[in-house]
Amino acid sequence: MPEQLFQFLVTGITVGSLYALVGLGFALIYNASDVVNFAQGEFVMLGAMAAIALLSAGLPLPLAAVVATLATVAVGLLLERFAIEPAAGASVVATIIITIGAAIFLRGVALLLWGKDFHSLPPFSGDAPIRLGGATVLPQSLWVLGATVLLVIVVRTFFNRTLLGKALLACAFNRTAAQAVGINVKVMLRLAYGLSAGLGALAGILIAPITFSSYEAGVMLGLKGFSAAIVGGIGNPMGAVAGGLLLGVLEVLGAGLVSSGYKDAIAFVFVLMVLFFEPTGLFGHKVAERV
Amino acid sequence: MKHWKNALATILLFTGIGLAQAADPIKIGSFLTVTGPASFLGDPELKTLQMYVEELNAKGGVKGRKLELIHYDTGGNAKDAVNFVKRLIKNDNVDLLVGGTTTGDTMAVIPDVEKEGIPFISLAGAVEIIEPVKKWVFKTPHTDRMAVARIFGDLRKRGLTKVALITGDGGFDKSGHAQILKLAPEYGITLVADESYGNKDTDMTTQLTKIRAAGAEAIINFGLGQAPAIVTKNIKQLGINLPLYQSHGVASKSFIDLAGDAAEGVRLPAAALVVAEQLPDADPQKPILLAYKNKYEAKHGPVSTFGGHAYDGLMIAVAAIERAGGTDRAKIRDQIENTKGFIGTAGVFNMTPQDHMGLTLDAFKLVEIRNGDWKIVD
Repeated sequence: MPEQLFQFLVTGITVGSLYALVGLGFALIYNASDVVNFAQGEFVMLGAMAAIALLSAGLPLPLAAVVATLATVAVGLLLERFAIEPAAGASVVATIIITIGAAIFLRGVALLLWGKDFHSLPPFSGDAPIRLGGATVLPQSLWVLGATVLLVIVVRTFFNRTLLGKALLACAFNRTAAQAVGINVKVMLRLAYGLSAGLGALAGILIAPITFSSYEAGVMLGLKGFSAAIVGGIGNPMGAVAGGLLLGVLEVLGAGLVSSGYKDAIAFVFVLMVLFFEPTGLFGHKVAERV
Repeated sequence: MKHWKNALATILLFTGIGLAQAADPIKIGSFLTVTGPASFLGDPELKTLQMYVEELNAKGGVKGRKLELIHYDTGGNAKDAVNFVKRLIKNDNVDLLVGGTTTGDTMAVIPDVEKEGIPFISLAGAVEIIEPVKKWVFKTPHTDRMAVARIFGDLRKRGLTKVALITGDGGFDKSGHAQILKLAPEYGITLVADESYGNKDTDMTTQLTKIRAAGAEAIINFGLGQAPAIVTKNIKQLGINLPLYQSHGVASKSFIDLAGDAAEGVRLPAAALVVAEQLPDADPQKPILLAYKNKYEAKHGPVSTFGGHAYDGLMIAVAAIERAGGTDRAKIRDQIENTKGFIGTAGVFNMTPQDHMGLTLDAFKLVEIRNGDWKIVD
């Protein structure tokens, strides 16, 4: 039993790091505009699918990954320029609905481009399982874990230590005041969409060898990533990671110790409890919201 | 001026009808799931029906009459299926029905089909469509019970009786799960674990860790889509060295592509269409399978067993119309029930008043994945 428990924990952490990596992408746009971007899952899908397509077109994996990420950044910028920017001044809810529309549109385009089939990306460093005591873990899961840690540090430093990051935060906090002190809000928003598209694409490429990808893979990943982000406190990169890991471990323990049929229910009940008692999430900044 | 126009319209209308009556096509009604989640089933079915109706017409039709295919897309919505079937029967006056991609669509229209008394060949899988026997309802695809029986038969042959089960949460998975529980005692199989997963889950190592501790001699995974490929990979990751059986739901090349090396040694029941090239030349099914496969692939890309079910349905119907000598519904029904030795893509059909599918267990080939390809083992 202790050996089983150890495997459950290892699995929980690897599953959780997938959610954390996707959840991280929600932070950028939220920090810049208070908007939850429901097309974030589609950025993840686009990155993975584009990398798979480029790889099968003959590009080496690292190059395919870079080109796919840049292509997704371009999609993020286009989305901001042609869907979000024309609606500048619209309410947050209206903007969120625009992102839902964009998500459906991107799924449709992916369906036309790549069909309905599932595709897989080869793992970066083989798929011989690594033994950790009694448990096993795939090398790709270590890639995901490592990338999550690295990206969290990068995103955190970006918001806390750089002028650009602070300017982004200022835009969400008070757009008019930000403009008044000379921050170009338009450019900041574009930057936020471009960066979070890139972050999403990287996540997609890293997890595609484990989860496979298809035109609608973004729906589930987006949902789980979003749950991770709100549990941890949306906007806080550390929160997304903590939320993701917590969600992953809970799901796995639910499946392992209770019943595999109830694992999603157990995880989502937990999400609801967190939101009930801590509406801003476990690590969210407690600010008075004007409604 | 206005009267003149009306008169002209009336004349055109009447001559139009007159011409239609002179040609008097045989009308085949169809309702398939061409869009929506089950479109990977309905899409090749519709393409197959259109392709072969065209071919039959080019050869002069059936009994000197052209075939006319009237099709509606249900999108997997059973309510729409019922409305379309009513329209096909009452407005389009079709002579028989070939369609019903999903078990849900098929079961929903059966009351109307039985009430109106129109021959109906379903393209859906579940055994409940033909059990108990319904007078006007037939089907061409293998049932999930046959798949389970085939897996259990192979387990017995290898002397394995303790089995761990892991299934998804979709309709196909659940139906297979129910058949496994039902048939297990008959074959002397004990289920030592019964785990489930969500079809969109990305990791099943938790369930498999429990299975590893359950003392099973083999694992059965009944599912569709990418989840069985993840299960297969996770089993390898955990180093579980037990024979793994998958269902006919993954009998496509994409499963091998997704699961990669982990798929080696996996066994599953598959329709003969999947392994058409490997069949011995003496197999009477081989020429039929290759002809269908080549014709389909020349026009639409990789063949699937689902389109094959539509081929079987259409050809059984056409043969029945020929034997019935016309489009009398009762006579067509009797002749479909009288189908004997018809060689289709799913197997050799021998229908009886008690069996409205007419396939035997050997219609499924038991295949093993070796070197990234299918190999018939039984």
